[in-house]
Amino acid sequence: MILVVAEQHDGMVNRSSWEVVAVAQQIARSKSDPIKVAVVGVDVEAAATELTKADVAEVLVVENDQLAVYTPDGFVEALTALVQAESPQLVLFSHTYQTRDFAPKLATRLGRALVTDCISSKMTPDGLVLVRPMFQGKFVADVSLRGAAPHFASFQIGAVRADAAALGKSAAPTRRIEVAIDGMAIRQKPEAPFKEAKQAVDLTQAERILAVGRGIKGQEHLSMVQELARALDAEIAASRPICDAGWLPMDRQVGSSGQTVAPRLYLALGISGAIQHLVGMKGSRTIVAVNRDVDAPIFEVADYGIVGDLFEIVPALIAALGE
Amino acid sequence: MKIAVCIKQVLTRNWPLRVDESAAWVRDRDASFEMNEPDAYALEEALRLKEQHGGEVVVCSAGPARVTQVLREALARGADRSLHVESDELAVADARGVADALATALRPEAADLVLTGLQSDDQGFGQTGVILAELLGIPSSTIIMDVEVHKSGVHVKRELEGGWFQWVSMSIPALLTIQSGIHQLRYATLKGIMAAKKKEIRKVRPGVVPDAGYAIVQLYVPEKSKAVQFIKGSSGDAAKALVRALREDARVL
Repeated sequence: MILVVAEQHDGMVNRSSWEVVAVAQQIARSKSDPIKVAVVGVDVEAAATELTKADVAEVLVVENDQLAVYTPDGFVEALTALVQAESPQLVLFSHTYQTRDFAPKLATRLGRALVTDCISSKMTPDGLVLVRPMFQGKFVADVSLRGAAPHFASFQIGAVRADAAALGKSAAPTRRIEVAIDGMAIRQKPEAPFKEAKQAVDLTQAERILAVGRGIKGQEHLSMVQELARALDAEIAASRPICDAGWLPMDRQVGSSGQTVAPRLYLALGISGAIQHLVGMKGSRTIVAVNRDVDAPIFEVADYGIVGDLFEIVPALIAALGE
Repeated sequence: MKIAVCIKQVLTRNWPLRVDESAAWVRDRDASFEMNEPDAYALEEALRLKEQHGGEVVVCSAGPARVTQVLREALARGADRSLHVESDELAVADARGVADALATALRPEAADLVLTGLQSDDQGFGQTGVILAELLGIPSSTIIMDVEVHKSGVHVKRELEGGWFQWVSMSIPALLTIQSGIHQLRYATLKGIMAAKKKEIRKVRPGVVPDAGYAIVQLYVPEKSKAVQFIKGSSGDAAKALVRALREDARVL
């Protein structure tokens, strides 16, 4: 049996959980395994009902008053009990911040390993192989599972399309599972989530975005980039290291910890294309990358690429746009 | 307050990566190495907490003899002493293997806070810190942007997705994985480098590296999912050709 641990917030299923349902269905087809989807929390009926539309054997609602707000300790307690009771072969998650917060602890508590950030899977004569990026996406690794079940894996957000998940002919049955949780085992006291002061720049609305990365080398070179942005009529954005260094404000950041954008044109200057950046921009219609390194992962999502020195290419682009 | 910081040594960011003979790792003989950048932010946070609250910063790294380079670097930036869990096997160990080695060194230290970076730039599992917390039997919180220390515990700001944040309270001892970029990093001063020469790098024998539960069977350059059209020629010619393509083919200008 394959167990998918879905994520929900305020009764809404996280879109990436549907992606993991699709992954589970792909794996299940070659192994003819049933799939169960677990939703953990209090008042999660709406999320559970949404998930019963999927072509799965069962939706499990894991309830306990201690799970009303998310804590890693509470989730580990609940899911340890669930995994022990249901004995899945494989437990799948979406590689969200929440998963990163508790799933390694869950696997460790059960004496197993977790393979994180997978992008695909394939069935081989030696069993299931998971594919995941390494070295900042410059390589991918085939990872084979060893030892006894259960195995744990998380899949990168956007690794497959959420609408690839097959829907069932009728609603899947729901089963409620009461788990016992010792309140003392929960050591984190979380407060309500909040947003920082309203973001000054809404990059999601931009038609054209000019994004800069480490290749810009210094803040003093940003004036050249600003000039190009004016010539392109584009908003300026950046990869995380540029905002971390304080060269551009945080609200200009594109990627998993910044904004997710899909403009008509995304021009990436000196951005290598770490996966945390790619997830925030790969949906852009036309992507142009300028980078010194022909092997930079950014070229994998680009439509047009120029391998070269951005300090020569930016002035040349400004000149060419003026013609 | 005693703060332990876990640091990984990784290949230098711009090192030209090639797959080695085993096809499961990269060629790293004669390579240049550096401190895993996310861990540098954990060290920076620890040094700032020590400046505010006093105490001691102990850095710990698991790996072959060469990892003393990053321990020296951390000592030069201001850490007080260091622990080195030394084993060649740990060079390619997975998150569980590294966490086990770190736990062996840190258990007797009984630090009030254990800080790690968010993930490593090589394997990028992003889970060593959380596993370590479980092995040490202490609570954890991840992707931390801000740390306030109170009498009985810590109040930390967690980054959630999509621009959301959350404050979480925990008793200490606790483990935090620190978000990159929360402070400007300091560099080692000449005085720091001189002082580091007298600071301790204590060797710790690793326990048995646990069975991983998985194995890398092959490492390779990813296939391109989308065909990129490379525009060649001099910078001037390439720029002109690109502008033409964006105007006439992609029609985005």
